[in-house]
Amino acid sequence: MPSRDPAVKVEPSRLQILIAFATISLFGFGGVLAWSRRMMVDDRRWMTAEEFNDLYALCNFLPGPNIVNFSAVFGGRIGGVAGALTALVGLLGPPFAVVLGIGTLYAYFGAFDALRRMFAAVAAAAAGLLISTIIKMLAPLMRERFGASHVTMAGVFVAIGVLRWPLHWVLAAAIPASIALAWWRRR
Amino acid sequence: MKDDGVVWALAGHFALMSLFAMGGANAALPEMYRLAVETKQWMTDRQFADMFAIAQVTPGPNVIVVTMIGYHVAGIAGAVVATVSMCGPTCVLAYFVGGLWDRFKNAPWRVIVQNALVPLSLGLIGASTLVITQVVASSWTAAGLTAGTALLTYFFRMNPIWIFLAAALSGLFGLI
Repeated sequence: MPSRDPAVKVEPSRLQILIAFATISLFGFGGVLAWSRRMMVDDRRWMTAEEFNDLYALCNFLPGPNIVNFSAVFGGRIGGVAGALTALVGLLGPPFAVVLGIGTLYAYFGAFDALRRMFAAVAAAAAGLLISTIIKMLAPLMRERFGASHVTMAGVFVAIGVLRWPLHWVLAAAIPASIALAWWRRR
Repeated sequence: MKDDGVVWALAGHFALMSLFAMGGANAALPEMYRLAVETKQWMTDRQFADMFAIAQVTPGPNVIVVTMIGYHVAGIAGAVVATVSMCGPTCVLAYFVGGLWDRFKNAPWRVIVQNALVPLSLGLIGASTLVITQVVASSWTAAGLTAGTALLTYFFRMNPIWIFLAAALSGLFGLI
């Protein structure tokens, strides 16, 4: 039994990491990070709440899939490159297998009317989830006084969403511009 | 379609996307759409929408949509290459930046950079929402379903899995 004292941390084994990330992946529907927090901090005590928050901030800041970055850094801190790979295999292995299964079925049966309607309905609902998620995410920025952040956000939105410009060109211009603005504003 | 050219194209494009997908895999959906439907014409609008739907209902991280795209384009090899390319570069970056991150915990530039990147990822996710909605809300019923899900998950914090299940069943049995 792990100690109930929140200050005491437990060091997981390779196998435990694999199983933990596979579990997060399979059961963390609609919010993998919330699940990983519960498992890493509350249940297993592999990290303190502060460590988790800091790592979470890092993974939001880095490009790429957040939870994938989280697994790589967490696994890496515990077991180096092998630990990182273990966490990644645990996280990506189960959905990879599921998606290949569905992909095979899709290749054979995707053209059936009933399945086409089913996919179309799920896609439409999933778009609705994107809408409510972005509205929730925008709330803190909307409370701020109008400024440079709003302009850079709107610029990226128009360049990618309306003009459909290539992602890397837009960000190659927007990242330095946004950092420069933030730097200038603070002085 | 399993020629080397396509697999290399998957590798190159997703590796680049990996480094610019600020705000997660969903933030890169417009770029995936641009690549797979518009530039390379690997799939139709509808197929892209289907893959987005499958990825959203598959448990695990949303990045799995690239596995689906890779599999569609070049079979198992495509699935592996697309997944590794989308995760690899950013993981290597995360692995090394993870150490630096701790060292500069209280450095003022860290806070500035962090704050500067937030509006960019919000802009990306917003654009992603717009592009995906344009692709999937192709009929009045689909648009209604999108709006309904948005309202239910926003105001009632409903777990989306039940909405997806209801949508899938009503589609399957021809109710919508």
